[in-house]
Amino acid sequence: MTTSALRRYPVLVALCIAALFTVLPFVIVAVNAVKSPAEYSQHGPLSLPRGLYLDGLKDFWQRVDYGQKLVNSVLISGCVAVLAAALSILNAYAIGIGRIKGRTWVLAFFVLANMLPQEALVYPLYYLSKQAGLYDTRLSVIIVFTVIQAAFGTYLLSSVLGRFPREIIEAARIDGANKWQVLWRIVVPVSRPTIGVLLVFFFIWTWNEFLLPLVMLISNDNQTVSVALGVLQGQRLMDATMTNAAALLGVLPALVFFLVFQRTLTRGIAVGAVK
Amino acid sequence: MTVTVERGSRAVGTHQHAGPRRPRPHQSYALFLVPGVLAFLAVIVVPFLMNTGVSFTEWQGVGSPRWSGLANYRELMDDSEFWASFRHSLFMVVAMAVLPTMVGLVLAAALFDYVGKHFGSRTATVLRACFYLPQVLPIAVAGIVWSWILAPDNGTLNTLLKSVGLGSWQQDWLGDPGIALYSVMGVMVWVQIGFPLVVFMAGLQRVGPQLYEAAELDGAGWWRRFWHVTLPQIRPEISVVLTWCSIAALKVFGAVYVLTKGGPGGATDVPSYFSFTTFFEKTQVGYGAAISTVLTVLIMLLSLIGLKLQTRAEDAEEGVRV
Repeated sequence: MTTSALRRYPVLVALCIAALFTVLPFVIVAVNAVKSPAEYSQHGPLSLPRGLYLDGLKDFWQRVDYGQKLVNSVLISGCVAVLAAALSILNAYAIGIGRIKGRTWVLAFFVLANMLPQEALVYPLYYLSKQAGLYDTRLSVIIVFTVIQAAFGTYLLSSVLGRFPREIIEAARIDGANKWQVLWRIVVPVSRPTIGVLLVFFFIWTWNEFLLPLVMLISNDNQTVSVALGVLQGQRLMDATMTNAAALLGVLPALVFFLVFQRTLTRGIAVGAVK
Repeated sequence: MTVTVERGSRAVGTHQHAGPRRPRPHQSYALFLVPGVLAFLAVIVVPFLMNTGVSFTEWQGVGSPRWSGLANYRELMDDSEFWASFRHSLFMVVAMAVLPTMVGLVLAAALFDYVGKHFGSRTATVLRACFYLPQVLPIAVAGIVWSWILAPDNGTLNTLLKSVGLGSWQQDWLGDPGIALYSVMGVMVWVQIGFPLVVFMAGLQRVGPQLYEAAELDGAGWWRRFWHVTLPQIRPEISVVLTWCSIAALKVFGAVYVLTKGGPGGATDVPSYFSFTTFFEKTQVGYGAAISTVLTVLIMLLSLIGLKLQTRAEDAEEGVRV
């Protein structure tokens, strides 16, 4: 056993090296974000920082009004997560529990809506939001992503609710609960784990969205973190220290989500992928 | 978790075949669909139909569109930029679906079969988390990180190459038309690898360990176990991941926007970026709509094939189980 375990160490080492390469960009960014421009130009990107220089981060924060971007991202992603989950629950209740007529077609419709490329919606949405006076408002993005995310949520939740124990619902019905009460007092609490996965996914997906927010949110006050950073990068106005400050500040929220929701994320990926 | 949900979806999809059921006078459940259907009409169906309609017109985005029939589509056929963008899409499918699936399979099998068993599942979980990390990053941020690493003069990669004595390998990774597409592909592999890995590892969890033990007792080496146990067992996951990632590859936009803006000289242009510039920079809305319509048709075809494969894989699996 010891010899066979010994033979297995090269595999472990190889995997560790591969994993190290995957996280290396994060490390390099973090290291360089705390270097002063002088230090960077003198020693390049690979040296270890000699001190903690936080002015680059501070300058960048102020220059792009990063606090506002964070507020926008949290607001938009949070609203979308909650609203899209609510919409998914309503849809899935009708499809999975209610077993309405033609549910296969309704479900297929939601699946296809989920697969649709946003490019095929972007111009009409841009045009319609202008007509409706919602262009360049956070509300427009919230509405659009609520619907887009709910397409996936409906699909996933319908399949979970499709095998919901019928006896519980029958019993509640006999006790005189109406459909609305059954939904909120029984179905939602019992499905809480899946709804939790949906909330986390909707939040992170919306946080990471780029194309539609890029088109819909042009003013600085409304932009999300992803769009603000992406646009800055696209303009190539930044020096190395600034770039690293931007990258680090962009990475940090993602890292926080990752650490907080790691289990939900990996579980959810598996749930979502093999629906 | 995987298995149960999978079973659930089968229940939804095929319940009408599940035998006689009491008729349910529950049609008022349809009321719960009303908000969803209305919202979908407003945000997805109507815009999608508008986009398709506009693709048959000449329109600058202002004034009224002028009907032009199939003119945009005919123009597309002769547009070398359009064909180039779709050719690049195939490269993206390799970078975002084919390579991550292959590497993800080997990594998942190694983590599950070797590391998990001999060094504890904690080690496997930590390693999996490392590979998955790029997946939670906004693509715009990944773009910032990588365009700085791949920068020409004092970029990290070039500095690294010089410091290990490979100075002659230095490149303008994103600025050289002959290399830029491969650089973007490399970044996408990095972004994408965690997804198949996590799905495959979850899939492997439902493979009984006794299968591996039996194979091991029969003297099967690692590669034989990989070919004869791992691959057949997680075939459903493989087809799902391939479809899912290919669709993502056809849609790729943010990475191209942030890394190269389709350049240099269109070397990394992809359909979604091409339609974006046609809409908003050239304001040829009709033409942009035609591009995105073609893209939609392709993605829908791919989705249908994927769904078909998935149900077939599930049916096969069902057959085995029963």
